[in-house]
Amino acid sequence: MSDVLLENVTMRYGSTLAVDNLTMTVSDGAFVVLLGPTGAGKTTTLRLISGLEWPESGDIRIDGRSVVNETPAQRDVAMVFQQYSLYPHMTVRENLAFPLRSPILKTPEEEIERKIREVAEVLSIPHKLDNKATELSGGEMQRVSIGRALVRDPSIYLMDEPLSSLDAKLRADLRVELKRIQASLGATMLYVTHDQIEAMTMATHVGVLDEGKLVQFGSPREIYEDPVSLYVAGRLGLPRINALPAGIFGGAPAEAKTIGLRPEHIAHGEGKPSTVSRVERLGDQTRLHLQLDGHDIVTLTDPHTDLEAGDTVAIQPRNALYFDASGARIA
Amino acid sequence: MAEIVIKNLRKDFGSFTAVKSSSFRIEDGEFFMLLGPSGCGKTTTLRMIAGLELPTSGEIYIDGEEVGQKPASQRDIAFVFQMFALYPHMNVRKNISYPLVSQGMPRAQVREKVAEAARILGIENIIDRPVGGLSGGDRQRVALGRAIVRNPKCFLMDEPLGALDAEFREHMAEELRNLHDRMGATTVYVTHDQLEAMQMGDKIVVMNHGVIEQFGTPQDIYDKPASRFVAEFIGSPSMNFLKFHDSLEVGATSVTMHHETLHIPALREPFDGDMIYGVRPEHVRLSDASGYRGEVIATEYLGTTQIVTLKTHNGEVKARIGSEQPARVGESVGLDFNGQTVTLFDTQAGRAIRSDLNEGVLSHV
Repeated sequence: MSDVLLENVTMRYGSTLAVDNLTMTVSDGAFVVLLGPTGAGKTTTLRLISGLEWPESGDIRIDGRSVVNETPAQRDVAMVFQQYSLYPHMTVRENLAFPLRSPILKTPEEEIERKIREVAEVLSIPHKLDNKATELSGGEMQRVSIGRALVRDPSIYLMDEPLSSLDAKLRADLRVELKRIQASLGATMLYVTHDQIEAMTMATHVGVLDEGKLVQFGSPREIYEDPVSLYVAGRLGLPRINALPAGIFGGAPAEAKTIGLRPEHIAHGEGKPSTVSRVERLGDQTRLHLQLDGHDIVTLTDPHTDLEAGDTVAIQPRNALYFDASGARIA
Repeated sequence: MAEIVIKNLRKDFGSFTAVKSSSFRIEDGEFFMLLGPSGCGKTTTLRMIAGLELPTSGEIYIDGEEVGQKPASQRDIAFVFQMFALYPHMNVRKNISYPLVSQGMPRAQVREKVAEAARILGIENIIDRPVGGLSGGDRQRVALGRAIVRNPKCFLMDEPLGALDAEFREHMAEELRNLHDRMGATTVYVTHDQLEAMQMGDKIVVMNHGVIEQFGTPQDIYDKPASRFVAEFIGSPSMNFLKFHDSLEVGATSVTMHHETLHIPALREPFDGDMIYGVRPEHVRLSDASGYRGEVIATEYLGTTQIVTLKTHNGEVKARIGSEQPARVGESVGLDFNGQTVTLFDTQAGRAIRSDLNEGVLSHV
């Protein structure tokens, strides 16, 4: 495993700037998650590191060595795609063995067998080893394609939304599993998702991308609690942060244009009166949809609240974030 | 507007029974969810209400009229599918007006109705655009427009948001619910997404293997699950299940697990044998005072809260606690369960054992 470094990397598709002067370090053993909406440049960044795309300018270093002129095979990276791409005519065992049988690696047969066993165990598919790839469910196929990356010992694992096609339960299990595997192998991982739960729960570092630019890089806690902009603040947190005119509660800094209030950072009982427009009961939490001076606000309340649509609730901010006209954080 | 009553509904496909004797009532104006994993019979139930499948036995009443064996065209319902089936060669206006034109409605009236539907859905600005270039959300709105323009008695929706990505789905779910609140039309909605069901539904029917497991309000189903299946299917992470063996009398308020006394709501029936102690992650606290121990094996940061996974003598436990509380992997900690929220399940049968907590709710089933 190794450090991976991107230095002022720029990449265009035609006239569209996909990655804009990106500088980022994925340290040895780190689990870095790139977060951003569709078109932010997440997948392009992965493809640049893997060698499936070539940068227009800038440098990419793996373990100190510049790899921009190397082929994907020479870079020794393992990539897992959103759409599992297994060899349909092979069994699970053959699919897993395939990367190890590469002429470059020359892995001894008993070593191959040992690795396959180990990986199959970790991904809970040991009983499926002799099935044809086409006889598996979607979840199992994706686990095999993750397994095919794990049998190798590459400089970095690159994963592009590998869990997004799985159902909620399996996704939750594999989140914990992947994190555990990564930590126990000490693997270096760069992982792309637009699922913020995956980003928060698995990452040691989150990189937030906006139109090809890296706008913030830090631990999930830093990104959540100390976002540099309204854009970043909106990427983490469900329900999403409420963005309201800065002066709505009074006491805002002079340059502030917007006040950002996370749903859990709204105190009830005192302050400005708002009207309940809807009560959404999710079991473990209840979301209150409020109207305040024509603005929609979402906040959380006790799961068994008696409040109903039409009721009045006084609210005031707690731990508010303030942003200027450009969306930059000022307080 | 309509009330829909389902009585002993059954559907066989050859030797396979897709729906086994279902009964429930959908009140006028309700947003009603049919929830369950794939193959549970929820879509078949919806298709029978629509008239796209005919029941093997049982009755379906729409506004008091038995329609079970009537064709779809005589039921005055509107169906919205998961894959929004729009006519690709027509523009938005033509797509929405199609059901009215084919009924032979006069032109002026069609124009008026389409304009109203477009206004409700906020798609007036794209009304003359071809449907080919529209975003997923706008296509879904057009599909809805085609459904609402007819003023049907009720809307039937089969995973209408299933094909959308997570962020957008959340947004559309809200939009659909708001639309329902404005129009007040009875809506029956099929989904396998428990969060969607909790978020949007007034009532939920949870189905599994063609059988209704529970019927009730979202909060009741969450707090008072009638079966282990429901407890596991609803909520994320799902309820914790601690396995134990005990003999309990009516009125018992605690159980013994690994030499520790754990509280439960007073039992309304005796039970002797293998049981499951079901407790939701948000009702588990880390507490040094507790003698019931667990070892932290994983922590997941979620912003204000975190999920801590622990290994205990009776199985794995997940706790949802504040993210400011320390929890280190490898550490041994005491666990405190909020006994008043606990449901006991009969391990063998999977059903909830009656207690002060769920009394009154289980009798619905």
